[in-house]
Amino acid sequence: MKRKDLLGIQDLTREEILEILDTAETLQEISTRPIKKVPTLRGKTVINLFFEASTRTRTSFEIAGKRLSADVVNVTASTSSVSKGETLIDTARTLDAMAADCVVIRHSSSGAPHTIARMTKARVVNAGDGSHEHPTQALLDALTIRQRKGKLDGLKVAIVGDIAHSRVARSNAHLLTKWGSHVWLCSAPTLMPVGSDGLTENREFLHRTTSMEAALDGADVIMMLRVQFERMDESFFPSVREYFRYYGLTRAKVERARPEAIIMHPGPMNRGVEIATDVADGPYSVILDQVSAGVAVRMAILFLMLGGQSS
Amino acid sequence: MNLLVKNGRVVDPARKMDIVTDILIRDGKIRSIGKIDNADVPKFDATGFVVAPGFFDIHVHLREPGTEEAETIATGGAAAVAGGFVAVAAMPNTKPPNDNPSITAYICAEARRASPALVFPIGAITKEQKGETLAEIGEMVEAGIAGISDDGKPVMDGRLFRRALEYAQLFDLPVIQHCEDLNLSRGGVMNEGAMSTRLGLKGMPAAAEDTMVSRDLILAEMTGGKYHVAHLSTRRAVEMVRAAKAQGMKITAEVTPHHFTLTDAAVSEYDTNAKMNPPLRTQDDVNALHAGVTDGTIDVIASDHAPHHVNLKMLEFDRAPFGITGLETAVGLALTQLKLSLSRAIELFSLNPQKIMRVQKWGIFEGSDAHLTILDPGRQWKFDVTRSRSKSRNSPFDGWQLKGKAVGTIVGGRVVYEDRN
Repeated sequence: MKRKDLLGIQDLTREEILEILDTAETLQEISTRPIKKVPTLRGKTVINLFFEASTRTRTSFEIAGKRLSADVVNVTASTSSVSKGETLIDTARTLDAMAADCVVIRHSSSGAPHTIARMTKARVVNAGDGSHEHPTQALLDALTIRQRKGKLDGLKVAIVGDIAHSRVARSNAHLLTKWGSHVWLCSAPTLMPVGSDGLTENREFLHRTTSMEAALDGADVIMMLRVQFERMDESFFPSVREYFRYYGLTRAKVERARPEAIIMHPGPMNRGVEIATDVADGPYSVILDQVSAGVAVRMAILFLMLGGQSS
Repeated sequence: MNLLVKNGRVVDPARKMDIVTDILIRDGKIRSIGKIDNADVPKFDATGFVVAPGFFDIHVHLREPGTEEAETIATGGAAAVAGGFVAVAAMPNTKPPNDNPSITAYICAEARRASPALVFPIGAITKEQKGETLAEIGEMVEAGIAGISDDGKPVMDGRLFRRALEYAQLFDLPVIQHCEDLNLSRGGVMNEGAMSTRLGLKGMPAAAEDTMVSRDLILAEMTGGKYHVAHLSTRRAVEMVRAAKAQGMKITAEVTPHHFTLTDAAVSEYDTNAKMNPPLRTQDDVNALHAGVTDGTIDVIASDHAPHHVNLKMLEFDRAPFGITGLETAVGLALTQLKLSLSRAIELFSLNPQKIMRVQKWGIFEGSDAHLTILDPGRQWKFDVTRSRSKSRNSPFDGWQLKGKAVGTIVGGRVVYEDRN
């Protein structure tokens, strides 16, 4: 991987994305072995620097690093000096001085990983910044879609829910429109950000609708987003009940999609808010496949960043 | 202070004056204008330069008292004269805020002691800038304020703002409003639009400015108050001010160099030096601001010089404070970015600011205080923020190549800044 940091999908080329996905596919097998560990990254130090609560992404990176034999250190905001008033930059420089090879950062402020990347020698992976990007999520989603659908182009992908606050929606829209899949962003008018029609370079593949039916009609992929209550400081919809009525995924609504459609969710799910439990646990759900793909994709990224060559 | 300003192109649009001549200054005042050879006073050779009535930046934050690590009256004043300004108006959001005559008196006294530029304090409209009750406006006038504003904390209460517009007429004081509906903009850190959506940053819609300008214009019409809109940034706000002026309303408006120079694309790398309030808008807004300057809708160019210590600007974009420095780049950016005649530039930087603020007027006439700005409109120069006189470094214009510069600043007959290249 030529670039120093992985900060977002927007700037990645298709070739760079394919390199990661192909590498992830070759590494997937490691996780099925009885001894799930290879010595590839022995002696490399990966620091998970998480300023925002996360269980699955942090664990996924940690497992990915450990399966490649890297030394993985978890730093969370509550235990680091950040709470003592140290600045983001000082924290990053401190970790840099400890000769970290890679810093995986999750932060509630959009752009925080970019600031850190400019200041550190260590390579930086964005594990989600504010409402900006979550590139590893989009990559693991792409791997899941490719393995289920056999391709990334020519699909209709409905991304439904809290678009305004979603870095997952942004990264996925960037990635899938690069392949010419049609991405339908669907949300209540209050959660559809201004100017989102200009979000991606390939505008002709990006569609916006407030109608869940329109988004789901003939969809190959249904991607549900978590309603991010913690980022909402104002009234975007009247109640959870009303939200679920219009934007919750039910079995009846799934019927509008193609028969072989897959249902995705980046997690953690709010069951009964954006997705009905029977759908989340139903036959079309690939939510747990996404989790497995996440480990493989993160292994691939660490492998490519810390000296590995793609085969 | 005695001085002979020799052989400059002396331009004062208020007097339709544009001639190459000399100005003799005695005891800080202009004694005579015309060819003068045998004066026994120090000389300032202005050959090839423009000599204009001193420039006045009516929107500046000097940070003293309270935030002296970012700027002081002395350093802000030094930055002002280095930018060609003989005078600045200091916004009241100091700590504590300038909402009473003792703070006003302190600022005036410190300015006399330490600032090479004249400093005219702006008093708060409301006590502690809280938007609840009127500050002691008259007492502050007696102590030396030249206008009132709650600046970054706009007066949201329409009834109170009405009373401010009414009461200030007692003193012929301008009421300066930072136009922002704080409910519409709450939590926002940049302009709301495609760029904020792409960057995942919370947006401040243009409507936050527009609705406030709209309300204020109605209240200004109702009261006949002397209303001044600070730092216009949106197309619609420009259009509303234009329409109000066409109806004959005596309102005025200003624009900052960053708003007519940059768009929200400057935020794309999360550069905290592109974070200001009002935020950088779109190219369409920039075009409207240019048109507003050209057709007279906009009366004043002011910098909104807002120094912040580097420690604060090093933070995450959404945590860093709003504002950039601007005193030293304002004139250069205006002359580089706008198609201004010399006389229009002097109106925007000197004549109109003096008309708006409650100050004793100066100009190029016998008996005037000798406050002069010497310009080299053709000077090519590069702004180097590391050499700024300001205590702070938060400028997005570091390294910019500009054309046109103040090369001399004279306050009360004293040469307080000179740049002979």
